[in-house]
Amino acid sequence: MAQTAAKKAGRPMSRLERKNTLIAYSFLAPNFLGFAIFTLIPVVFSVLLSFVKWNGGPISQMEWVGLDNYASIFKIEKVIEKFSEGEFFYFFERVDLGIALKNTIFYTLVTVPLTLICAIALAMALNKAVKGAVAFRTIFFFPYVASMVAICVCWNFMLMKDGPVNQFIQLLGIPFNKSWTADSTMAIWAIVLVSVWRNMGYYMVIYLAALQGVPRELYEAATVDGANKWQQFTNITIPQLQPTTFFASIMMIISCFKIFDVVAIMTEGGPGRATKMLVYYIYDVAFAQNKYGTASAISMVLLVIVLVITIIQFRSEKKFAND
Amino acid sequence: MSEAVASKQTGRQIKKDNPALQLAGKIALYIVLTGVALFTLIPFVWMISSSLKLDREVFAYPMKWIPETFRWENYMLIWQKVPLLTYFKNTAFIAIVVTFLQTLTSSFAAYAFAKLNFKGRDVLFLAYIATIAVPWQAYMLPQFIMMRSMGLYDTLWAMVVLQAFSAFGVFLMRQFYQGVPTELCEAARIDGLSEYGIWARIMLPLSKAAIATLVIFTFVGTWNDYMGPMIYLTRDVNKTIQVGLRRFIQENSSDYHLIMAASLCSLLPVSVVFLCLQKYFIEGIATSGLKG
Repeated sequence: MAQTAAKKAGRPMSRLERKNTLIAYSFLAPNFLGFAIFTLIPVVFSVLLSFVKWNGGPISQMEWVGLDNYASIFKIEKVIEKFSEGEFFYFFERVDLGIALKNTIFYTLVTVPLTLICAIALAMALNKAVKGAVAFRTIFFFPYVASMVAICVCWNFMLMKDGPVNQFIQLLGIPFNKSWTADSTMAIWAIVLVSVWRNMGYYMVIYLAALQGVPRELYEAATVDGANKWQQFTNITIPQLQPTTFFASIMMIISCFKIFDVVAIMTEGGPGRATKMLVYYIYDVAFAQNKYGTASAISMVLLVIVLVITIIQFRSEKKFAND
Repeated sequence: MSEAVASKQTGRQIKKDNPALQLAGKIALYIVLTGVALFTLIPFVWMISSSLKLDREVFAYPMKWIPETFRWENYMLIWQKVPLLTYFKNTAFIAIVVTFLQTLTSSFAAYAFAKLNFKGRDVLFLAYIATIAVPWQAYMLPQFIMMRSMGLYDTLWAMVVLQAFSAFGVFLMRQFYQGVPTELCEAARIDGLSEYGIWARIMLPLSKAAIATLVIFTFVGTWNDYMGPMIYLTRDVNKTIQVGLRRFIQENSSDYHLIMAASLCSLLPVSVVFLCLQKYFIEGIATSGLKG
């Protein structure tokens, strides 16, 4: 169908075609107008904005600075200077962008595997003929729909100095009595904890659907061959779930790189810069410091990271489709 | 159904082999599931418990899960201390208008993309797809500048137009419409139905499940949105429940009991929607999540 339309596109359109095109546009118009104005145009301008210096005042004060914003967020000169002096990790230890990247990557690398392991384990457990499976599923999924402010502030209180979590771990004999979000090593773990707690139910649902697609005959054949449950899990379930695991990881990596709510509500990037993440950094530079050009340059770093991950996904999608 | 039967059969085979081990496995399974369920629910239980205490009781040592006296008056007090009603109204307005516009315009556009031929269709659709991959945080700044120059800063309409025309909705609906046989549309055309008629009388009724998925995801997403309202809504009369609650927390950070009571109230509407429509949530994630 699409090809015939394309073939005819070279010739002037017949009246019928013109009428059909008009009808099609009338279907598209309501959504497309909103989409073009509020999404498409800003996307294009976001690139341009990263090359100017502007504090949000009158447009006439906008000044084209080329790559200066990028040079300043990467602190290129300083980083090179320190590098030649032997401080190889100056970027990740001192520069705001480097710290934000380091924190975001650390958070992603910890959160993604933890969430996936919990999700697979829960899905496997619920995939058995368990009584009350629907009730369990509802409970595990519930944090995902609960609003962030309420759950983050609740976790914040629970992780306070004298809160229930510290009282519990003291019962276990671990002498920790500081507020998690005020401690520079534990703060990021508090964010990981809330993220895993919130998202495992969502990915569990995805895995439950995927488990339905694993052919029963594989397990039957394995049982006949004398494979035990663990061998069946590692040799059938895990390989069969591989495409799901891949897509779930990609989705989660991207959403981890975009983390904002938990940081903004629980730690505001602190203590110090211990939980400063990429999007919180963008927000801070843009709306607290009003440096629009600089903030746009940082946004471009986020954009490039997300696009690279998406391209990897597209490539592999083709690979999975060909297999 | 067949899976349950199948797993029962394999279960029976193993039971013959080792009934004690099978029983132990079953018990371990329930213990683990109950443990994780407790872990999932504990913050909510703690929230309820704290919301019924005095502020100084919240962090008492050793902590009590059941308050000595239930202070239901906390729930009266928060409505006086926080303009919760205004926040609820604002959030409901945004969530309902966004959900309505999103569903209507996406299903409209998706019909054109899925079932009509016109010049530039593939290019336009590519533009939609490409922006799904672009994180909102990467272009929120130019969007913000544009909205401000349009006079939409600190208005509820900013939140509406921000979220009502997402590419995701169009993508989801188009995926679904492509599964509807084209012959159905052809037959209707021969019978003299206009394209609008086909959309309204054939496509819409057939896509109830997809619409349900889109409606709940948009509604819950908009209701829970934090970053958008945080950037755009500054006056108290315009705040949504999320940013309003946050402001209350910042200004009264030691009123633990009231904060928990207000938090619980903010959770209720979405919880009710979820519990009533959870079937659509689960199905929606299972299908759209897998297709990516």
